[in-house]
Amino acid sequence: MPDTLTDTAVDVAGLTVRFRSKRSSTTALDDVSLRVEPGAFISIVGPSGCGKSTLLKVIAGLVAPTTGSVSLLGEPVTGPMRTIGFAFQRAALLEWRGVRKNILLQAEMRGMNKARAGVRADALIELTGLSGFEEALPHELSGGMQQRVALCRALLHEPPVLLMDEPFGALDALTREQLNAELNRIWRETGTTILLVTHSIAEAVFLGTRVVVMSPRPGRLVRSLDVDLPAARDYAQVMTDPTFGTLTRQIRELLGSAESH
Amino acid sequence: MVTSKDVQPADRPTPPAPASRFDLGARLLRFLDALWRPAIVLGALFVLWWIASENEWMPHYLVPTPGQVWDTIAGDWSSLMYHSYVTLYETVIGFLLASVLGLATAVLIAYSRTMDKALYPIVLFAQVIPKIAIAPLLVVWFGNGLAPKIMLAVLIAFFPVVVSGVAGLRSTDPELLELSATMGASRWQTFRKIRFPNALPHLMAGEKVAVTLAVVGAVVGEFVGASEGLGYTLLLANGNLDSAMLFAALFLMSLIGILLFVVVEVLEALLIPWHASRRTATPLTTS
Repeated sequence: MPDTLTDTAVDVAGLTVRFRSKRSSTTALDDVSLRVEPGAFISIVGPSGCGKSTLLKVIAGLVAPTTGSVSLLGEPVTGPMRTIGFAFQRAALLEWRGVRKNILLQAEMRGMNKARAGVRADALIELTGLSGFEEALPHELSGGMQQRVALCRALLHEPPVLLMDEPFGALDALTREQLNAELNRIWRETGTTILLVTHSIAEAVFLGTRVVVMSPRPGRLVRSLDVDLPAARDYAQVMTDPTFGTLTRQIRELLGSAESH
Repeated sequence: MVTSKDVQPADRPTPPAPASRFDLGARLLRFLDALWRPAIVLGALFVLWWIASENEWMPHYLVPTPGQVWDTIAGDWSSLMYHSYVTLYETVIGFLLASVLGLATAVLIAYSRTMDKALYPIVLFAQVIPKIAIAPLLVVWFGNGLAPKIMLAVLIAFFPVVVSGVAGLRSTDPELLELSATMGASRWQTFRKIRFPNALPHLMAGEKVAVTLAVVGAVVGEFVGASEGLGYTLLLANGNLDSAMLFAALFLMSLIGILLFVVVEVLEALLIPWHASRRTATPLTTS
């Protein structure tokens, strides 16, 4: 199908992932199918250990599916995919490199044009409020700033698809809200398709155009809920919007019923 | 239109002063601060030695006075310097070879499962063999020249380099390796930009042990069969009951060890100024 390139950014079909150890085998994901349209922001929520992170890693080509298939921008995923940006739970910065050089690692590994990558890095540093910290080492930064650096690095090569694995999980509530607002702005300005794994229902609804709810292990898709809110979002406004309340309650119930099984 | 000015990060401290990381004055102060306590202990021991030897609590042929040792060093200056040079040469070459071979072995072990299974047990087992006991064999095989001394230095210094290198290369955060994969990095890029720099703190700790062991290797090599070097000087002095010369040789050996240790220490400071063990400044933020 030649037109898959235009109407599907990520296509997951009948995906099952089993991990085998010497004694047992665990099913991390069970028959998961998910289609993501370009420019969408998909929030994935689910209880701990439901295979959310595994789903992202399969899409990135870091973990091979046991059965089923994944394609990214119409291209089947068979190994690590270069067309994505990945932001990890921990910032995963190189502690011997300053902020700017950490961001530019992406360019070095990909052999990008140095001058252009430099300009792009400076723009991202400005965009995420890291100006003045270009030479600071990771240990000199707070957790929130480290995650900003990781975000810049994931966006440096302007990936059409950005995968984020609980990037704000370790941050305090205030910093988290701020980074959420920034991520919303970046998403709107870049048009990147984003898949975000999170534990926070509020974060999922605030950021997503769609929230995907998963069941406990083995991970299945329980429900996909459209978030009927404008693209540009403000925390105070969204929190008081009745849609927000309805959705978070609905998701909490879904998670609760899934948990009790 | 929302601009970056609308959202001000809350957790934003002031940028760090770039000079703070390489403040020479602070470094010197820290060095002197670390020095004065051991200096007092050493000074006390030195005074005790002086009093004991000057009052002949023990005969001079067993414990010479500091003056006698000094006179020996000054009197035989050129010959002692020559022997020191020989030992230093053997030690440095041995240490460098051990570093290169040790690192290469560590890379093989860390990267290849087969090598890990085939080589690592042998490296560990070889460590059980007392290297010093091999010295006579090396002399029989390679003669009285520099080769057996250098080889002994290599053999002794090799182990800590391999073990620290393997530990360092294996300590890479798996997330960093996954990150590298999403960037489409080659194995070589991942090694050069991530795994190797990440292994450096471990590796340098091993190098510091290795350099002091290399001195031991060179000296023991000289004990077994040599016509030059501080080990030879020491053995000769021992045979002549020339305790002043014996002390002089010991003193110079220790000096070589300390000197080389400091060189590796400085190298470490230059290579990994970012590492936690080398930080002078405290973090700017607490979260």
